[in-house]
Amino acid sequence: MTAAASTLALEIPWGVLLGAKVMIILTLLPLTALILGYVFLMKMMAHMQSRLGPMDPGGFHGWFQLIGDGIKFIQKEDVMPADADRRVFALAPMIILISTFVVYAVIPAGPRLVVEDLEVGIFFALAVSSLSVIGVLMAGWASSNKFALLGALRAAGQLIAYELPLVLAVVGVIMQAGTMSLQGIVGAQANGEIFGWGAVGNPFVLTQAVGFVLFLAAAQAELTQTPFDMPVAESELVAGYQVEYTGFRWLFFQMSEYATAFALAGIAATLFLGGWYVPGVEGTAADVLGPLVLFAKIMAISFVIFWVRFTYPRFREDQLQAMAWKYLIPLSLLNILVTGILKVVF
Amino acid sequence: MPDDDLTDAEEPAAAEEPAAADEPAAEEPAILPEHVGMLAKLQADLGDALVEAVSNHGDLVVRVRNDAWHAAALAARSRLDCEYLSFISGIDWTSRPDPPNWDPDAPSSPVQPKEVTYGAAGSDGRFQVFAVVESTDDKIQVILKTDVDEADPHVASWTDVYPGADWHERECWEMFGVRFDGHPSLRHIYLPGEFEGHPLRKDFPLLSREVKPWPGLVDVEAMPGGAGEEAGDETAEAVAEGGE
Amino acid sequence: MAVTEQQQQAFIGKHLAEAQVAVELQDEDMVLNIGPQHPATHGTLRVVVKLDGERVVAADPVIGYMHRGYEKLTEYRSYPQVTTLINRIDWLSSFANEVPFIHAGEQIMGIEAPPRAVYIRTVLTELSRIATFLLFLGEMGAQVGAITPVFYGFRDREYVLNLIEAATGGRFHPNFNRIGGLKDDVPAGWIAETRRMMDKVFESCDTFENLLEGNEIFLARTKGIGIIPGDVGKGYGVSGSNLRASGVDWDLRRDAPYLAYPEVDFKVWTHPGGDSWSRYWVRLQETREAARIVVDLLDRLPSGPVMAKVPRIIKVPPGESWVRVENPLGEMGYYVVSKGATGPFRVKIRSASFSNVSILPWLLKGVYVPDLITILASLYFILGDIDR
Repeated sequence: MTAAASTLALEIPWGVLLGAKVMIILTLLPLTALILGYVFLMKMMAHMQSRLGPMDPGGFHGWFQLIGDGIKFIQKEDVMPADADRRVFALAPMIILISTFVVYAVIPAGPRLVVEDLEVGIFFALAVSSLSVIGVLMAGWASSNKFALLGALRAAGQLIAYELPLVLAVVGVIMQAGTMSLQGIVGAQANGEIFGWGAVGNPFVLTQAVGFVLFLAAAQAELTQTPFDMPVAESELVAGYQVEYTGFRWLFFQMSEYATAFALAGIAATLFLGGWYVPGVEGTAADVLGPLVLFAKIMAISFVIFWVRFTYPRFREDQLQAMAWKYLIPLSLLNILVTGILKVVF
Repeated sequence: MPDDDLTDAEEPAAAEEPAAADEPAAEEPAILPEHVGMLAKLQADLGDALVEAVSNHGDLVVRVRNDAWHAAALAARSRLDCEYLSFISGIDWTSRPDPPNWDPDAPSSPVQPKEVTYGAAGSDGRFQVFAVVESTDDKIQVILKTDVDEADPHVASWTDVYPGADWHERECWEMFGVRFDGHPSLRHIYLPGEFEGHPLRKDFPLLSREVKPWPGLVDVEAMPGGAGEEAGDETAEAVAEGGE
Repeated sequence: MAVTEQQQQAFIGKHLAEAQVAVELQDEDMVLNIGPQHPATHGTLRVVVKLDGERVVAADPVIGYMHRGYEKLTEYRSYPQVTTLINRIDWLSSFANEVPFIHAGEQIMGIEAPPRAVYIRTVLTELSRIATFLLFLGEMGAQVGAITPVFYGFRDREYVLNLIEAATGGRFHPNFNRIGGLKDDVPAGWIAETRRMMDKVFESCDTFENLLEGNEIFLARTKGIGIIPGDVGKGYGVSGSNLRASGVDWDLRRDAPYLAYPEVDFKVWTHPGGDSWSRYWVRLQETREAARIVVDLLDRLPSGPVMAKVPRIIKVPPGESWVRVENPLGEMGYYVVSKGATGPFRVKIRSASFSNVSILPWLLKGVYVPDLITILASLYFILGDIDR
């Protein structure tokens, strides 16, 4: 719809168009957070732990539970610690949410179904998604709580350390596709051939398998999901940088956590799994089928992310850093090297 | 011990007799054969500072002079290889003033006798500090006791012998007011810093019993097989059925 | 005179405590209060740690937030009433708590419980050991960050708690022991059910072994963390699985036999490591061993009464007795002094966790905050058992 509008942009004033785009992302963001929260946090985790999870709210398997929770959080009193830096405290969740919000704008869901197809799409997406670390630091500092501060410092160290393998893992894809535009990367995969056979294109997960694994590992850390959840580490730091947050501010943290998971899974799906591309479907049909295919791929990647989260214990801070600097970064550099050589050879 | 040796239920005092048959008179200061060697080793180090020793229910209880308390720890540790500190605690042997509202006639009221008596290995006065050390290699244990002065209760600290003595001595100081000379920081462990008094001394009142009378017999449930009844499966079953 | 002296000592104590805090605050390191309300402290333990970055420079455990004064309360209660109190010392293995106290009373009175009661006591003690350890096996995972095992721990513990409830009527606080035996015999069908549940316990142990023992992150988080050398552990009075994980072959069930343990053939598990991993491993093995003991005892459960002849009003003759047993958390003992009344004159409660935790200032020096949590979890204390 937006995409349809954007092709006919001549007739629609840009202000209205922008408003419509913002509204669509604003609807999508909590919706995706709810879907991931319900499907994985509530139901999948429960079944992994031989529980049922919520069963009553909404009638069918407790689907209304999270919405009810959201309503509860919005009703709650806005509590701020007495010594908190009030403005920074209030601003922090917004910054984290906005950094997620902007990533949604560049993920293509169909040939024309993208809010803004930037030339440097992937670069932009990774750049703004790492803005969240500033929000985390602000939250930890402004809470005037030692646990929050420790959590924020951990988060800063961790997010910076894992930003590198995340970006380096993507470099291989960019080299292979020859473009930084996400639409271009999808196109490169759609038009690619696997040793001359081009019926399903060439999803980069095949040629960039190492990059895919590195990307997922780094994304896990970027999302601060177990085994990289030291910034929140409930058994150590109680809740890390979120410890002083309640009500709707805390809701923002939670929402952005799941929305970011969705966004990063979306980027991974686009970069490695071929994005919205369905073999043999072109034009308007792709605009209809594309989002569904992309959603399915995102759910598959999210499943892996949460599966790992519910299974593994947590690293220690130094082990985490060691893993990033000793293994992930050298490996991703090697991946770039090999990709470069193969690119020249073939 | 054979079951048929059990005494009549109405006479609790007579119930001691099977124990007496089991060991050479637990009440009399007789030393069990396995304790003789242990005692000799301690005696060699402590000399006449070892005031009294008895075997009590299979445990060697040794009372030493107050000034030999530290030496006793060293002796137990080096001679008997007792490297394991079980606990250090105290006891106040005076009788407790009965709380008001206390019904001494209620059969369940645990009214303690008024005259002051002392336990195994005796005591010189009101306060005693006692400890249990064990040897994990030789599988033996010794109960060490020492008397402390009532007016100025103090005794040497064991913290340099057993590091674990730290907390036990803090507890003992807090509960009985016995100072441990040489303890690195004798401060409150359970109670808040501003707490006054030493709760486990017998003259420290238990406030809830001061304000509320003792419930008495209602707390005591009928025991299966008690009071002359034939103890056995039938009784147990009967009680179970009655309960349901 | 006595009052002023007491006041004087309280004054000294107060100022010593304040001085300690003042010293802690004097330098640049950050002082962090872990607890008394913290998810890793199982209740209300407070550890004041001085941090340099994330490294612990000094740690001072502050206990007593749950001090209930049981030693004082026992002096105002009769023997059957004391059992109700001591149920609540280590509330995860309440039944095992009762046994040494009852045993001390029986020892002074010179009576012995009938063989069937002794066997059932042993079975229930081992069942509470299993319940306690199953929870530990899951919770250890939770403390190092894996959220799933803890649910398995709670789920499997429920099987055992159901058994305890069926036999005693109470899941947590059975209050089932009487001086001279047990309140009741076990219900019909209980023995078969217990056998069935022990199979589940074995399965559950295998699950935990698979879940955590083969997990690289779990190994990295626990191996070499919080090493207690055997000698240091003994000096601090660390006992039970914690000491056996330091290579000290010391189990009161075998070395100071009580209940029906002399008649059971069981293995005492030790591990030379002394680290958090060894403590986890030893407890895992001991859970299996306990289930084996239960099965073994059930096979040979003697028939007969469960209650000896005792007077209706228990009056314990003058005397004193020290009884220690191997509780799930370590050595638990009662020094019972009687002066011939219906209630004890003085009861010294030697609880395992108190001594186990007293090693923390020594153990926590130089570890990271996450390791501190691992160590707290692997020492496995119950606050009621520390504070009494």
